[in-house]
Amino acid sequence: MITSSRPSGPSVAWLFKMAWRDSRRNRSRLFLFISSIILGIAALVSVQSLSDSLRSEIERQAAELVGADLVISGNKALNEDLGKLADSLGDRRASQKSFPSMALFLKSGGARLVQVRALEGDYPFYGQLKTIPANAGRSFRDRQEILVDKGLLLQFNGEVGDTVQLGMTTFRIAGMLESAPGQTGLTSAVAPVIFMPMRYLPETGLEQFGSRINHARYIKFDRKTDVAGLVERIEDRIEGAGYELTTIERQQEQTSRSFRDVGRFLSLIGFVALLLGCIGVASAIHVYIREKIGTIAILRCLGATSQQAFLIYLFQILTFGGLGSMVGAMLGSALQFYLPVLLKDILPVSVEARISWQAIGSGLGLGLIISLLFALAPLLSIRRISPLNTLRMDFQSDKGDRLTSLFVYLLMLAFIWGFSFLQIRQALPSLYFTLAVVVSFLILAGFARLLMWTVKRFFPSGWPYVWRQGLANLYRPQNQTLVLLMSIGLGTALFCTVLFIQSILLDRVRLSTTGAQPNIVVFDIQESQRDSIVAISKRQGLNVSGTVPIVTMRLTSVNQIDIDSLRKDTSLPMRPWLFNREYRVTFRDTLLASERIKKGEWTGVWKDQTKAPLISLEEGLAKRNGIKLGDTLTFDVQGAPMATIVGSLRQVEWNRIQTNFLVLFPAGVLEKAPKFHVLVSRVESQEESARYQQAVVKAFPNVSIIDLGLVLDVVSTLLDKIGFVIRFMALYCMATGVVVLIASVLISKYQRMRESVLLRTIGASRRQILAITAIEYLMLGAMAALTGILLAMGGSWILAEQVFDTAFRPQWMPVISVFTGVCLLTVAIGMANSRQVVNRPPLEVLRDAS
Amino acid sequence: MDTILSVSHVSKSYGTADHRLKVLDDIHFDILAGDTVAIIGPSGSGKTTLLGLCAGLDRPTEGSIRLNGISLESLDEDQRARVRNQHIGFVFQNFQLLPTLTALENVMVPMELQGLKNIRSHAMDLLSKVGLANRQDHYPVQLSGGEQQRVSIARAFSNQPRILFADEPTGNLDAENSELIERLLFDLNREAGTTLVVVTHNPELAAKTGRIIALKGGKVISDLNTSSEKTSN
Repeated sequence: MITSSRPSGPSVAWLFKMAWRDSRRNRSRLFLFISSIILGIAALVSVQSLSDSLRSEIERQAAELVGADLVISGNKALNEDLGKLADSLGDRRASQKSFPSMALFLKSGGARLVQVRALEGDYPFYGQLKTIPANAGRSFRDRQEILVDKGLLLQFNGEVGDTVQLGMTTFRIAGMLESAPGQTGLTSAVAPVIFMPMRYLPETGLEQFGSRINHARYIKFDRKTDVAGLVERIEDRIEGAGYELTTIERQQEQTSRSFRDVGRFLSLIGFVALLLGCIGVASAIHVYIREKIGTIAILRCLGATSQQAFLIYLFQILTFGGLGSMVGAMLGSALQFYLPVLLKDILPVSVEARISWQAIGSGLGLGLIISLLFALAPLLSIRRISPLNTLRMDFQSDKGDRLTSLFVYLLMLAFIWGFSFLQIRQALPSLYFTLAVVVSFLILAGFARLLMWTVKRFFPSGWPYVWRQGLANLYRPQNQTLVLLMSIGLGTALFCTVLFIQSILLDRVRLSTTGAQPNIVVFDIQESQRDSIVAISKRQGLNVSGTVPIVTMRLTSVNQIDIDSLRKDTSLPMRPWLFNREYRVTFRDTLLASERIKKGEWTGVWKDQTKAPLISLEEGLAKRNGIKLGDTLTFDVQGAPMATIVGSLRQVEWNRIQTNFLVLFPAGVLEKAPKFHVLVSRVESQEESARYQQAVVKAFPNVSIIDLGLVLDVVSTLLDKIGFVIRFMALYCMATGVVVLIASVLISKYQRMRESVLLRTIGASRRQILAITAIEYLMLGAMAALTGILLAMGGSWILAEQVFDTAFRPQWMPVISVFTGVCLLTVAIGMANSRQVVNRPPLEVLRDAS
Repeated sequence: MDTILSVSHVSKSYGTADHRLKVLDDIHFDILAGDTVAIIGPSGSGKTTLLGLCAGLDRPTEGSIRLNGISLESLDEDQRARVRNQHIGFVFQNFQLLPTLTALENVMVPMELQGLKNIRSHAMDLLSKVGLANRQDHYPVQLSGGEQQRVSIARAFSNQPRILFADEPTGNLDAENSELIERLLFDLNREAGTTLVVVTHNPELAAKTGRIIALKGGKVISDLNTSSEKTSN
């Protein structure tokens, strides 16, 4: 017997049931529509999972990053007062002096600039120097032995037992260094490390005037100590004297912050992939709802209210959105096991990937929100579907409510801003990101509309039929032009931007090594060595015009304001590093071609000895610290105070390979001061460079040589390693674009199947149908790739001009490869889709589609 | 007998203020409960539009329609949906079954929309009456046109409507199936005591009803009570 428990209408459970029933013949399609968001969710879940794992690993391994409980470091030796203070702290102590120096591998004769770390004591107190053989990390400290970075050893085909010359002493290689606290793959690439015992440092003769040595004192507390409280008590004294204090907590905070930023950056790229997917979802749901008009009209006719009809499809979308997000979250969780491998050279700690339930939860939530948000506009149109469509399928409901659409778009913008704010944590940059996304989408949409308009307006009526049909497919109703151009175009744009920026950065370095530009710099030349080194250089065939003298000094005050008064008055524009850094200053009577006076007048020679000399400052340094013409700057020139007046501000082209200076003295002031020299020249080949370095280092082991060819290699490696991660994420966006492409093509399959079958029925050949498809997708792929490349060029040009201050010269080969690749991929997917239509009898296809 | 449907000076126009197309012009009639009525006329005469208005699928531009005592024009779309669900049954020319639901589920939907429980046996009874009990789990695509229309008739009677609107119910069927559908429609209608309004241009089907309202150019050109003729004959 029929009973009525709720005469007012169906329950929510029934709406769910109806949603499930209605999805019966569409589940695979619905899943396909939603699949566009899977990769985006996977990207975000994997990045967040990795960030979570990294955070906990940094917390766990923070002590090993520092190697001690407390570190006092600076670029000068601790003075007596601070030395006593350091000696009174902790239970165990170690010291380190680190500096760049040349290492000469005697067996191969290879020489290279390395970072020498001279150790005394049991550093590291946390973690270890991982070496092969394992005991070398301890044993080298008692002998005249060194540990050599693995990459460096491989570069010179060295092995344990070989000898290396550092300064004037030779050392036996005790072991190959695999890892040390705080060392990453990147730091090894930039400055390979050699550890040596500190007691042999005097014998090397490397600790001499002009050497840029960083001094560090490592302190370990064996007894329980309030390190934070201690730091609070001593930090003013230590930092006031220009030294840095590092604790485990501070290091943990700083490392976490750096990698949080990396994580957020990667999340934003993942988010762009997700947004691309959302365009696919919105477009697919739009088509889906349009196909459901008949069903919705019947339901309305039978008595379903507009809200009930809306809820049925909302539940469907949420269910499949949830499913897609779940698959995405699972994929992301699996992917994060690969990310540490991808990022191994950048990560400061070893990371063991773990399932992050928080990341999975937020991925699921995000997937649900985003599938709802981007399906909302087509879903809301359900409310306007009239029951009259049961009587007349061609019945057109009233046009949509503009206010509601506007509201939905505003919600989307708010969501994009909100998500980017959660990543960036700053309102304005989040707004810029949102604007960049919107502008990119608008440009791509504009191009799509322009393409449709152009094809329609200048339609080549005289062309063969397959061309006309293929081109007409671009603009006729239910075309995929807009959605494909946006999804593939944005993916291409991201990918190309990364390529372009990488080449801009490499070009900046490469430019310096081409033509007649100097490409080798010899520094730390003592006054007594100058003539001999110039002679060696000339003998080696190098063109040497002379050396540049360098005097080291510190700034003690600006208009009587010193570091103490700066600390007390925070309103002053100067920054503490102005006083803490060591200035390497030169003197000459003329300006170089790379220097231009912007304010004041350059005085080449100090003539009036009764007045303070007029010096020239780099304009950026002056601007950042509020220093003006006429200000008095007092320097401590190796113990002697020297007052100077700012006579001019100059612009310096820093990207020229030559010795550039923040502070320039006129001739006649510093000639008598202790100084060292730098020599800049050019070598024509790697062999010449190796020969020259060997000759100089053999004669004068204390000097350091930078070969810009090597720097270029290092920068390339660096960019490759960082760029690889970004390229990986950009490829991710491309992959999402491809999924959207596949989904869109499949949607169009359902829409166009009847037409293709009709064409087949009335006699179109297999070849003609495939040609029509190929032309349509070739146009789509070509336009999407072209738009993406143009967008990337625009963005890279702005970055080159505004950020990198260089001219933008795109590399055409990668561009052509990307363009061809995108076109081929688009055509291949489009053609694969048409195979079903052309390979089966028309009636069979029609029966399946109905 | 009570008036179940009252159409009072109804007009319907489409288009903009500049280009109005008047599809129905001052239609006026009443239908008594239990009557069988045919609305006939050539294509474009406004039959389907009139059916849509009477069934609350659309609103008239002028005039008013009362169905079972309820004034339809004062209701919003969702309120009219409820009226359709509780008082009206539909049979369409192209069947309009929900493609993703089985035959049985299609019959149950109007009752489920009312929130009724234990409806399965009632729906099965109806399917049995139209001779499709053994096809209950079949989807529309697995049924022939005639079978689909029989499921549609079972669905139309499932919510025990006061009035049933049929739009060209045999328009897409062959002679044999048409005969079967007509018989089912009239038998079930008689059995349930429902009012039947059929829109058709099939004179044979129209002749089986008790009253024929003929439309042309959006106007009623004749309104014949054929039951008295049949009685007198």
